[in-house]
Amino acid sequence: MGSHTTESSFRVIGTRPIRHDGVEKVTGRAKYGADYYVAGMLHGKVLRSPHAHARIKSIDFSRALALPGVKAVVTGKDLPEGENKTVPLGEMTVNPRYLGQNILARDKVLYYGHAVAAVAAISPHIAEQALELIEVDYEVLPPVLSVEQAMAEGAPILHPDLRNEELGDVPTNVAKHVVLTRGDVEAGFREAHFIVEREFRTSMVHQGYIEPHNALAIYNADGKATIYCSTQGPFEVRGMSAAVLGLPVGSIKVVPAEIGGGFGGKTTVYLEPLALLLAMKTGQPVKMVMTRSEVLRATGPTSGSLIRVKMGCTKEGKITAAKIWMAYEAGAFPGSPVGAATMTVLAPYAIPNVQIDGYDVVVNKPKTAAYRAPGATNAAFAAETVIDELAELCGIDPLDIRILNGAREGTPHPAGPPYRRIGFIETCEAIKASEHYRSNLEGPNRGRGVASGFWFNAGMQSAAVVNIHLDGTASVVTGSPDIGGTRAACAMIAAEVLGLNVEDVRPVVTDTDSIGHTDVTGGSRVTFATGMAVFRAAEDALAQLKERAAKLWECKVEEVEFRDGKFYCKTNNATPLSVSELAKRLPRLGGPVTGRATVNARGVGPSFATCCIDVEVDPETGRVQILRCTVAQDAGRAIHPAYVEGQMQGGTAQGIGWALNEEYIYDSDGHLMNSTLLDYRMPTCPDLPMIETIIVEVPNPGHPLGVRGVGEVSIVPPPAAIANAVYRAVGVRMTELPMSPARLWKAIAQKESTRSGLGRAQHG
Amino acid sequence: MHEFTYVAPSSVEEIVQFLAQHREKARPFCGGTDILVQMRSGVRRPSYLLDVKTAPETRLFEFDPAKGLRIGAAVPCADVSADPAVRRYYPGLAEAANLIGSVQIRNRASLGGNLANASPAADTVPALIALGAKAVLRSVQGQREVPVEGFVTAPGRTILNADEVITEFVIPPPQRGGADAYLRFVPRNEMDIAVAGVGVFVKMEGQRCVEARIVLGAVGPTQIVASEAMAYLRGRTLNEGVVSHAAELAAQAASPIDDVRGTREFRRHLVAVLTRRSLLAAAKRAQANQS
Ligand SMILES: Cc1cc2nc3c(=O)[nH]c(=O)nc-3n(C[C@H](O)[C@H](O)[C@H](O)COP(=O)(O)OP(=O)(O)OC[C@H]3O[C@@H](n4cnc5c(N)ncnc54)[C@H](O)[C@@H]3O)c2cc1C
Repeated sequence: MGSHTTESSFRVIGTRPIRHDGVEKVTGRAKYGADYYVAGMLHGKVLRSPHAHARIKSIDFSRALALPGVKAVVTGKDLPEGENKTVPLGEMTVNPRYLGQNILARDKVLYYGHAVAAVAAISPHIAEQALELIEVDYEVLPPVLSVEQAMAEGAPILHPDLRNEELGDVPTNVAKHVVLTRGDVEAGFREAHFIVEREFRTSMVHQGYIEPHNALAIYNADGKATIYCSTQGPFEVRGMSAAVLGLPVGSIKVVPAEIGGGFGGKTTVYLEPLALLLAMKTGQPVKMVMTRSEVLRATGPTSGSLIRVKMGCTKEGKITAAKIWMAYEAGAFPGSPVGAATMTVLAPYAIPNVQIDGYDVVVNKPKTAAYRAPGATNAAFAAETVIDELAELCGIDPLDIRILNGAREGTPHPAGPPYRRIGFIETCEAIKASEHYRSNLEGPNRGRGVASGFWFNAGMQSAAVVNIHLDGTASVVTGSPDIGGTRAACAMIAAEVLGLNVEDVRPVVTDTDSIGHTDVTGGSRVTFATGMAVFRAAEDALAQLKERAAKLWECKVEEVEFRDGKFYCKTNNATPLSVSELAKRLPRLGGPVTGRATVNARGVGPSFATCCIDVEVDPETGRVQILRCTVAQDAGRAIHPAYVEGQMQGGTAQGIGWALNEEYIYDSDGHLMNSTLLDYRMPTCPDLPMIETIIVEVPNPGHPLGVRGVGEVSIVPPPAAIANAVYRAVGVRMTELPMSPARLWKAIAQKESTRSGLGRAQHG
Repeated sequence: MHEFTYVAPSSVEEIVQFLAQHREKARPFCGGTDILVQMRSGVRRPSYLLDVKTAPETRLFEFDPAKGLRIGAAVPCADVSADPAVRRYYPGLAEAANLIGSVQIRNRASLGGNLANASPAADTVPALIALGAKAVLRSVQGQREVPVEGFVTAPGRTILNADEVITEFVIPPPQRGGADAYLRFVPRNEMDIAVAGVGVFVKMEGQRCVEARIVLGAVGPTQIVASEAMAYLRGRTLNEGVVSHAAELAAQAASPIDDVRGTREFRRHLVAVLTRRSLLAAAKRAQANQS
């Protein structure tokens, strides 16, 4: 830690400069994936399965291939089968066989919208026409549409070769069973005065990024390929495309385009290997862009889930035991975030006796992808509702029960070592002290709810280069696509270290050949890990600049001091030089200066958020209006507070959507019934209040600037906070997401009828 | 989306000539907020899109207290809901037009398109029927004026012939003691399609209702005129009990389906809620219109 990192001396960090990518975005000049055009480009389209579960008996595409303008048709047979095992890819793991089968179905289609074939043609119209000429003969199989169906005895099996360690050599739809235990839950329940037990359900929901997936692939005669695409992880696209196509990783260059939202959903591949496969087959560049309906049917979502929670506490509200059973829909291939769910569900609390069972279950729905704090929101909806109920039984404030049981420095994390310094309690205290929480909420059918959430955040690998230009400006080059304002954060960190104006630092996100391996933009890791690399690269540049100054002043490098943006010589009285004054002299002092650093970042600091929401319910229609919402989140250190607030608001908005209206609706045959944004109802601006934010700063001891990730945790609390608010408004506990009007109306009507029923019984 | 030809006629005469020649192959369109979506999803594949709004007659907008309101079929909903005369004398129509989609959609979407698209959930159609509006249709054979009620015969089907175009709507003059209202239920605050909608018109003499019209949307294959509820209200004093009973009768008249937007049970319940609320709103307005 250098002297410039003590709080009082920050010059740039903590300010709110205009983002460097802003002008290009608001003027429409920023280049997104679908904006790329190259000479001789073909257009690719995908034929998708009309069935949720079927065997492919045959595919006849001869008529499609004969259509003038069609250049190639590919099916699953054109992909190598791929190894059926998990292989490391950066810090992630993938199963090349499953990944390939998701890109193009092989023997079976496993969900409605599963890709079956792809066509490249000279225009999108012709490619679409060609799809209609492909004849696929299916043997339709019964679909498996819920975790209960999938886990039931005699359930139709999605993958005949899928096994789990517990069951041994038996076909199953359960890919994994994870268990976390501490203490003795039964003993813990015996100590409890109050016990609450409830079952919760949530539906699949989509990340809802506005920009659909896209890819433009170019394959040259020398076997070298370039892919332009919208992605959170260019290095993952490179690795996964190579794995799926059986190509050497180094033969592919991936250029990340400007990105129109990802939220975790753009950390895997769909079109990229397909476009490349078609480009290899035709020798021409191939561009592919999904429609909205394709995005909803065949990409993203995160898991629907079934969760049972039993929790007990003393009269005073001390939680003595928690037992949780959770099954998550993985979609068509293994890999739901249930592992993360088991580790996050109780993470804000110190609970002595815990048993958590999690099941990763395949169903005939799209393969799930990461979504902002994957797994945590479903789980928190369940646990945070039960904690609210315990607080009510104990007659204590719902924030107080959280503070009473809250995790602190030294509390063992459910799945690992004790926490270092964390800021959970501080987020609860911040809400408790807020004007919002202290205000009175008046009026009928109104209620206030609170809930908290946890997310790990991630470290992983990043590289950064800082170039000092001869005019004293600088560029910061990284490989982290910017989905949340991280370019500004990286520029600010470099500007802080180098004593430059942030406007004089240009942040650049580059391609996979132009920077060292950088893991995905995900896990809230960019400002933390890439920021750490930038910090060190800037320090490296600074050290080199000091050497040049020493050379100029003919003194020892230790005698050069950098303070307030200027180099001084401690031993002679040479005129101090600013970075730009020194930069001008670089050509005669040994040439350009480039600082660089790579990290495999350790010292990740988890994030906590606590949210307070006021609602008004129309009891006649079950409609919920959000009146007010405040979220407090521990950022560690807010490099650019406006973008931290933006992340907090964005996550909260998504959490509100998930709570109220977003859900995948399937018919009994497994067809997705709402694959448009008209019927997949994300909140619009009029559905949301101005989301008030309180940034809590408990510096992360593992980071030179105290940074924790901020991108994800704010999505976790809102569904539970809203459920708790609805309970206070109309007296019903909602245990299913979304709390859509029809569902809430029914719950209210049922409550009314049991109440009047009871009334009659008493009279009779 | 398939390839098609865009045609911009400069008069209704040109439109009807073109339609007479190409019939089903050509579709008149206005805002395109329905038909372009349908073409993109492959549901409709016209060879020609004929832009009605380029013919000036379809943009007419005239109000006369004695003759009533004439609105060109291509006038965007944003203009309809912002018009002072519509807001003053036909507030229910203004409400309905103001609910369609979002600002961007309302700047394109037309009343003609809303009706001709023949969706059971179309918002302005119950409001127009409640007002007793008529549609003016033109073809090379000439002109006919038909009530909006009965125009839609099934989802996506109307009495419009392949060579006909809607040119304008004619709405009867405002009546002393009369007023309309339109309410719908959607889960979000905008960009949504009615789960149920109710358009009403009532005419009051003192506390007494002398005429009532109740039209239900999104709860049957076409808009439904709740005649029993209407007959029940005639001559009665509009108190809570009477209005609630009428609302129950209206709910019975509905024949909703289960779909992604709502269940049968929920929709029927919503009809009662919306009928009650819209009757009360219209009655309040009507009373204010008696002097
Ligand atoms: C995001 C979104 C939200 C929406 N929300 C709503 C909503 O809340 N409520 C609602 O009711 N609707 C809604 N709609 C549907 C649509 O906007 C309305 O139905 C609108 O009024 C259609 O008008 P238009 O001028 O755009 O029709 P177009 O798409 O131009 O035409 C629709 C149909 O009418 C025919 N047609 C158009 N004009 C004429 C004419 N003059 N003569 C004969 N036939 C004609 C066309 O051939 C076509 O079949 C929404 C649509 C979108 C995309």
